[in-house]
Amino acid sequence: MTAIITAAPNDATVILEGVGKSYGGRPVVSALSYALPPGQVVALVGHNGAGKTTQIKMMLGLTRPDSGRIRVLGADPGHGRTARAQLGYLPESVQFHLAFTGRETLGFYARLKGLPTRGHDALFARVGLLEAADRPVRGYSKGMRQRLGLAQALLGRPRLLLLDEPTSGLDPALRRELYGIVADLARQGATVLLSSHALTELEGHAERVIVINQGRKIADGSLAELRRLAGLPSRLRFRASDGGLRRIDLAEAEKAATLRALLDTGAREITLEDPSLDDIYAHFLRSEAA
Amino acid sequence: MSAILTIARRELAEGIRNRWVVSMTAVMAALASVIAALGSAPTGSTATGALDVVVVGLASLTIFLVPLIALLLSHDSITREAERGTLLLLLSHPLSRPQVVAGKFMGQLAILALTTVIGFGFAAGFVIWRHGAEGWQAFAMMTAISVLLGAVFLALGTLASSVVQESSTAAGIAIGLWLLFVALYDMALLAALVARGGHAVPGWIMDLALLLNPTDAYRLLTLGEGASAMLSGMGGVYDNSQLTPALLAGGLLVWCVLPLALAMTAFSRRNL
Repeated sequence: MTAIITAAPNDATVILEGVGKSYGGRPVVSALSYALPPGQVVALVGHNGAGKTTQIKMMLGLTRPDSGRIRVLGADPGHGRTARAQLGYLPESVQFHLAFTGRETLGFYARLKGLPTRGHDALFARVGLLEAADRPVRGYSKGMRQRLGLAQALLGRPRLLLLDEPTSGLDPALRRELYGIVADLARQGATVLLSSHALTELEGHAERVIVINQGRKIADGSLAELRRLAGLPSRLRFRASDGGLRRIDLAEAEKAATLRALLDTGAREITLEDPSLDDIYAHFLRSEAA
Repeated sequence: MSAILTIARRELAEGIRNRWVVSMTAVMAALASVIAALGSAPTGSTATGALDVVVVGLASLTIFLVPLIALLLSHDSITREAERGTLLLLLSHPLSRPQVVAGKFMGQLAILALTTVIGFGFAAGFVIWRHGAEGWQAFAMMTAISVLLGAVFLALGTLASSVVQESSTAAGIAIGLWLLFVALYDMALLAALVARGGHAVPGWIMDLALLLNPTDAYRLLTLGEGASAMLSGMGGVYDNSQLTPALLAGGLLVWCVLPLALAMTAFSRRNL
């Protein structure tokens, strides 16, 4: 399949080399290789059950690969416990003990990372949770729990941030805030890997997208590159001078000329629709299945 | 070590927050006080210290109650985190799985020690106030050994929690363990002795049989010697045994360490 080969730099934060994993004979991840350099925001995109969470678990050392090699922050995640101090993780739909307050919860995780229990007000402010910090997590909404989870993941300025479906169930405002925080961290040199099942919301947020299907990498590159690789036509709709509605498919190269010609014929109600990211995603999945 | 202490402190805080400590202390104190009130009443003219009598009654209660509380506390120690959805997040931090097991065990031991010492102390205070402090050493010893018995069942519960996926399964195992060690084992032992038809069982077999059940080791350790031996009738068993207090306490320690080590191994091997 068409995949852009990115050379693995030596300073890569995460390196996967031919990684495979199966549960009960069913392969969840197979022959997966990629490297994530520092300062890059990478999105892992695939259906539910495509193997995204399994990859993140392997990077955390919670699950061991059956084959291949994984290096995270220069160590084997299965052994290097210390590397995890520089790693932030936000699980999918994060949960906390309900009886503790946000501040107590963050203090607990801070201590586990070898940081002081107190003095994380700046972090609470950053995720917009300062007022609720002393309330029990029991009363938190899903969005607030996600904010607390993000604060927890940001503890100790991680060099690698693993966010598993960080935006599922979040309102648009919080989604934008989250991507803002992610961009800040990447600017400071952190690697951010976030998984998602929707390509559309990643526009402008992820520099690189790795499309995963059934545990295999089927595309890897920036959104513009994916768009070009897919080579899907744009859809032009217009009302012709004779009054009839027309629809034609246009390749990128023909767009300008066709539009000009169309305007000359006096067409009205012209709409030009570029292939959406979801179309591109569907295209990759289809060509994979073919 | 600091990771273990962090987890232990968290476990204790959780026990206090969800009223576990308070309610269990109340139960212990209430039962211990009833036994103290009943047990210490008729000792006016005997040569035995009032506390010695209480020790016998309380030890018999402890054999049922402390393992039950310990198993209730520990049977879901790992599965609860998994079911709550906090296990992955916890393990993504720079700590090993054996440290999680050890930390949870220590926190639960602190809860159990607190409830036992306060609960029994309440009863002891009552007896000392009414009848004087004679026999307090035996009482203090019994309290300490009760905590050790609790530690054994905390370890067993933790093991159950580490080998299964769900709390409900672990609860089933815990109930089974409790029935086995508190009731069935002794019945089976008794049946075996009766079946022998009065032929003497070799002493070492009997000793081994008593060591293989932590509650029997506890019973022998608390009631085998001194004034309580006479009162409880355990002196007879104890006198015919090669088991010393050190050996019995050692046996309980092994009962504590072994399941804990197994739990750490099982939990470390699990794919999450």
